[in-house]
Amino acid sequence: MRSPRNDKQEVETTGHSWDGIQEYNNPLPRWWVWILLATIVWGIGYSIAYPAWPLIKGATPGLLGFSTRAQVAADIAAVDQANAALTTKLASADLTTIKDDPTLYGYAVNMGAAVFRANCSQCHGAGAAGNVGFPNLLDNDWLWGGKITDIAYTVQHGVRNEQDPDARYSQMPAWGEILQPEEIHQVVNYVLQISGQQFDATLADAGKQIFADNCAACHGDDGKGNRDVGAPNLTDKIWLYGGDEATLTKTVTYSRFGVMPAWGLRLSQAQVNAAAVYVHQLGGGE
Amino acid sequence: MAFIDRHAILEKNATLLLAASLLVVMIGGIVEIAPLFYLQNTIETVQGMRPYSPLELTGRDIYIREGCYLCHSQMIRPMRDESERYGHYSLAAESEYDHPFQWGSKRTGPDLARVGGRYSDEWHVAHLTNPQSVVPESVMPKYGFLMNNLISPTYIVDRLNADRMVGVPYTDEMIASAKADFMAQADPNADTTGLLARYPKAQVANFDGQPGISEMDALIAYLQMLGTLVDFSTFTPDASR
Repeated sequence: MRSPRNDKQEVETTGHSWDGIQEYNNPLPRWWVWILLATIVWGIGYSIAYPAWPLIKGATPGLLGFSTRAQVAADIAAVDQANAALTTKLASADLTTIKDDPTLYGYAVNMGAAVFRANCSQCHGAGAAGNVGFPNLLDNDWLWGGKITDIAYTVQHGVRNEQDPDARYSQMPAWGEILQPEEIHQVVNYVLQISGQQFDATLADAGKQIFADNCAACHGDDGKGNRDVGAPNLTDKIWLYGGDEATLTKTVTYSRFGVMPAWGLRLSQAQVNAAAVYVHQLGGGE
Repeated sequence: MAFIDRHAILEKNATLLLAASLLVVMIGGIVEIAPLFYLQNTIETVQGMRPYSPLELTGRDIYIREGCYLCHSQMIRPMRDESERYGHYSLAAESEYDHPFQWGSKRTGPDLARVGGRYSDEWHVAHLTNPQSVVPESVMPKYGFLMNNLISPTYIVDRLNADRMVGVPYTDEMIASAKADFMAQADPNADTTGLLARYPKAQVANFDGQPGISEMDALIAYLQMLGTLVDFSTFTPDASR
């Protein structure tokens, strides 16, 4: 690998001479030349063995029959097959008694955590604590029910989406189109009262009747909500959009229409069940 | 080595050197360019692909203008972990009408090739306005100003024509009704029979919940469509790819 020393005139020149300037003819290091030649041979071999040359009707398929798409299909199939027994069991499992089978339950919680991270965390938060407009899943306050089967239904069909006819649905009217601003002011003060916040007694008294006439049908006479229509409990300190006077006024005036996609259309039955099991065991499950 | 030694002939004859250089460059050019004439054979035959609706196309232009592609790719690679997270790997056919495509390889944010329908319109508004309000760990900048920029379909016919010129199969009917379709897609009360016949699976909504059609409406219309068009129940992968 030693290269010849030029200063001792051991190397020949190329034979050119321009205005007296000559050029040594140093050969490339042998190791370099051999690697170059080897890569060329490798390249030819590779393009014969693997898909390579684009032709008019498609690329040459290669002798080995390799295909990225076949490979990923095989990878997916291999994992699916390895988990097949548990996945099939989970897809048809009775969720209310799933805890009796520790292996299946453990599998479901772990699978559910992965499903949650990839699909649910963007709205409900990485720790499932929710965000403004997107419910907290850790507490025991549920809009549509906190039993594991309720949760599974919500995950499967979603809320107020247009993709699934079985989606949970309800629509609060925009009371700004029905009530006078003064009446909204009054009913908001009543809600402040029943949720244990600072309120104006005169306004709240007037608001009580407005609440009974307009809001109680869904939120209940006592304002404790109704899970059949996803009407939130207004007497606790848990708010989806905010419980201060300004936010409540906005909610009553314009209403809210939170949408959740129907995950049954995107995920497998086993994944839906796993997500439900995972959410149920976070702390609030009933 | 006698043949090799003849390089002196080329080196000493400028015109010959020029001609030979051109020849060598042409070989490179042919190798790179010729396959592009047969590009069609790389596009799978699928059910459901259609050109972008006028509002989606406008949203796509905003996506490009704001440089979303700098952090978001739109290509799910054929690997198991990617299909677990994002869904079926992307097909060439799904970028068929993209000029330019948005594949990318830089994922500061997640891949968006199948983001359509994954989140509610309300989430997109909250997230574009202030990404950290829903994803605290996000480093995405805020795009709330999109909601204040109202847009009109003034140049949409020219825009569709420009895409048609480079091969997107917009029909005369689509071009003629472009302005109406643009307005209808952001109006839940509009008659969208024609729009949905021309652009099946187009999402119709007042996406940002505000009066008027804003850039945010257009962008969300585009995002909610991404990756939802191809009917994978009728797709069989070609094993040689």
